[in-house]
Amino acid sequence: MFQTQQKIITNKYPAWKYLLLVVVTVIGITYALPNLFGEDPAVQISPAKSVTFDLETQNQVAEVLEMAGIPVKSSVFEEGRFLIRFEGTEDQLKAKSVLKEALGRKAVVALNLAPSTPDFLRGLGAAPMYLGLDLRGGVHFLMDVDMDVAVSKAYLRYVDEIKSVLRENKVRYLAVEMEGDTLAVKFKDIPTMQAGLAVLTETYSDRFSLKPVEETATPQVRLRLSDQTIAETQKFALQQNITTLRNRVNELAVAEPVIQQQGDRRIVVQLPGIQDTARAKEILGATATLEFRLVEERGDAYRAEKTGYAPHGSIVYQFRDGRPILLKRGVIVDGENVVSASSGIDPEQGSAMVNVTLDGAGGRKMLATTKKNVGNRMAVVFIERRVDTVMENGEKVKKRVTTKDVINAAVIRGQFGDRFQITGLDSPQEAQDLALLLRAGALAAPMEIVEERTVGPSLGQDNINQGFMSVIVGFILVLIMMAWRYKYFGMVANVALGLNLVIIVAVLSMLQATLTLPGIAGIVLTVGMAVDANVLIFERIREELRIKGTSIQKAIHSGYEKAFVTIADANITTLLAAIVLFSFGTGPIKGFAITLSIGILTSMFTAIVGTRAIINLMYGNKRVEKLSI
Amino acid sequence: MTNENHTTNINFMGQRHMALALSAVLIFASFAGLWMKGLNFGIDFTGGTLIELSYPDPVELPELRTQLANSGFGKAVVQHFGSAEDVLIRIAPQDGLNSAQLSNQVMDALAEATEDEITLRRVEFVGPQVGDELTEDGALAVLYALFGVLIYVALRFEWRFSIGSVAALVHDVILTIGVFAWTGMQFDLTVLAAILAVIGYSLNDTIVVFDRVRENFRTMREGTPVEVTNVAVNQMLSRTIMTSLTTLVVLLALFFLGGEIIHGFATALIIGVVVGTYSSTYVASAVALLLGVSKEDLMKAPKEEENTEAEEAELQRLFLEQEAKREAREAKREAKKGGQKIAQSELESKSEEDKEASLLAEHSSAVEKKSHVKKKQTKKRTKK
Repeated sequence: MFQTQQKIITNKYPAWKYLLLVVVTVIGITYALPNLFGEDPAVQISPAKSVTFDLETQNQVAEVLEMAGIPVKSSVFEEGRFLIRFEGTEDQLKAKSVLKEALGRKAVVALNLAPSTPDFLRGLGAAPMYLGLDLRGGVHFLMDVDMDVAVSKAYLRYVDEIKSVLRENKVRYLAVEMEGDTLAVKFKDIPTMQAGLAVLTETYSDRFSLKPVEETATPQVRLRLSDQTIAETQKFALQQNITTLRNRVNELAVAEPVIQQQGDRRIVVQLPGIQDTARAKEILGATATLEFRLVEERGDAYRAEKTGYAPHGSIVYQFRDGRPILLKRGVIVDGENVVSASSGIDPEQGSAMVNVTLDGAGGRKMLATTKKNVGNRMAVVFIERRVDTVMENGEKVKKRVTTKDVINAAVIRGQFGDRFQITGLDSPQEAQDLALLLRAGALAAPMEIVEERTVGPSLGQDNINQGFMSVIVGFILVLIMMAWRYKYFGMVANVALGLNLVIIVAVLSMLQATLTLPGIAGIVLTVGMAVDANVLIFERIREELRIKGTSIQKAIHSGYEKAFVTIADANITTLLAAIVLFSFGTGPIKGFAITLSIGILTSMFTAIVGTRAIINLMYGNKRVEKLSI
Repeated sequence: MTNENHTTNINFMGQRHMALALSAVLIFASFAGLWMKGLNFGIDFTGGTLIELSYPDPVELPELRTQLANSGFGKAVVQHFGSAEDVLIRIAPQDGLNSAQLSNQVMDALAEATEDEITLRRVEFVGPQVGDELTEDGALAVLYALFGVLIYVALRFEWRFSIGSVAALVHDVILTIGVFAWTGMQFDLTVLAAILAVIGYSLNDTIVVFDRVRENFRTMREGTPVEVTNVAVNQMLSRTIMTSLTTLVVLLALFFLGGEIIHGFATALIIGVVVGTYSSTYVASAVALLLGVSKEDLMKAPKEEENTEAEEAELQRLFLEQEAKREAREAKREAKKGGQKIAQSELESKSEEDKEASLLAEHSSAVEKKSHVKKKQTKKRTKK
């Protein structure tokens, strides 16, 4: 029926496949290249809160370094911060101390290791792999925010407010108390309770679910925060804590800190390269609060700062950028009285503003003060207390440190009570920052360190060296085995394996995924397993060659063809396991899963397309008597 | 290695009952180890604090223990880590002492007792609740991985193979954990990661063998399932050995050069690779055979016949080519004779054919192609 016709297989690859390979190789090498260049010791200067750097700062920095006689390798101003590179660590350390002294509190001066990627590569967006904490050394904290406390504090904040609402509406109540996870408003008798219920429903039905309870001796209304409000409260508490942490981390002068939310109630803090972990823990564990004080308009703050003598009844404070200001001794309200703060736009002037809400007691005090002080200024002071370990005469001494910063001073336009606005802020960003600080200083939910992973710098370097060494040795051993077992074909597989390694490094660099020690282990394992595809193909080619009457070209062709399904099946299942690892893993496991997945995908490409291309070049379209396999 | 010129012919499957018995004994031993000794869980799972310190000179452990006991850390476990200079201190979570400050206190206590400069290499603190979560996540990860495999293999192959491969994986996981129980090596997060990697690796091995078993069921006209499987195992033997060796070689590099932290990880993988190579031959295939996998099961499976696919495609292409020519000729002739009506009807019948073809495509491309060809043949016959 059919004419059987032996088709001649020539093993030629279309030009586009070669082009693809060349392009992939070039891109791979380009993006893997930055990893070969080392790192420069550098100093990174970032602005403190509410400070922006300008030309003046730039000149100041250059001047300071010149005065100290420290040679600078290069200096760039990027994304609002300076990165100054030096030739050696000695210069770097010296520069850090003189710069810190000169710039004072308006800048965060941190040591950094800046990748010395050549400009032409940086222009392409190429950068070296991002090393995880276990490789570069540093601290990883997982902080857990106590949400129960956050919620119960949210309830407590309403106690005063509910009382004043009832008073305003002339409903007499006996008590407002927390009972379990509800707020119980108690009344003398049922009619009063009904009246109270009406008032409370009108005011609070959007935030609370209200339930009257008549049976008990004291009739009462029970208020329970709606789920939505609770969720908001928790989100708020988390955000508040993140802000607080961010401010504190600035104090630590870390070049690239990571502060991230994890899940609903956790915060991850990563401080690469930090040496003194004890101090880091102390600073992160500090407590913050705030105070509203009147500004002392008489007297010269600058002179008071210089002489150390402030006018009677006042104290010298400083803004974050270092400007002094005189404040009156009496505190109007403090952070405990702040219920909420949010940023917005002033409808009259169109400028940014912050809405502040105080609790009942705070509102009364504020009203009494503002009544008498219209036209004067009122300042917000942010206070942080912490225990700090400092070296004194060669000994470690624990010290209580309190920092007080004036974060805002504004004119009181008229009398106000529990709700007021701070207007005239320069930008929406400033308003947002101020609102965050006000909340951060207000009652924050307590947090606790639930996980800590610290890797000292010496161990980090050891890990890099050992990881690197095992990749190299493992790689070379596999090269030898393949060349020994499969001769020329083995050499081709080795080229593909090398390319595979380059592409893995390039992909990791491009993604800026974090490379950890388990990640390196993943690469090592990939090196071992990547050759499996080639082993399968080559064994199959050998098998085909054993079948009598099979031409060499046909053997190569069907070897690749038939092994492909097996390779695909095997790799997909391994990828499946890697994905499960990734979705369930934390920290170390994730790093391993990432490199393993990338390795599986790239090895499929290099081991199938890459080797085939070279083998076709070597044997394709030719008369071949014997294969070196 | 194996013979260069012909495939080995070792009767692997003949010993499958022995092998299954051996596996059963080993699994029993693993459970016994778990029951008698338990796993030495790392702080990732138990919670607690781990501190790695480095002294400039070798240190005596009893000395350190007294120093720690004097400062109220009597329950701390102290051991050398990699060398006589490096020390690992583990402190279990204690009531009221569940604080990250613990490491500072330990450091202070030790620093006071010695003149030497102690370098802090590493601190790990895991709160008890985080430890519980990691344990739960870890167990879930293993379960989900196994479940995913079960489904994938059942879809790709057949349920008996699926059971066989999962049995092999469970076997590997249990034996690896068993070794950790008997040796008392620490079981931490990286070991768990290694076990999941073992699942991936062993599966890889199993799939490769199954793939060949399936192929052989289709190509070998004769032979019992046991014989067919045996041939497949023999065919894949040199590949299995080669891949296991390359993987083992890099793992040994990792074990000896990768540093102390990666030790547990490398150990688990080495055990896993050895056990996995054995299990993909004996456990996976043996269980599939035990469940009575047969030629018919795989023939029924809507799968292409890989072996002859290339040839078939080739033949089919030739056939279609010829037929297209013939049809074109016929169409021309008929167009001359009967005008456009006939051409029209032929177009209709063609589109109907497409519909059917697309329905069949749901099964598999090869089956579809084949039936396509057959249909054309029958169609032509009826035409004639």
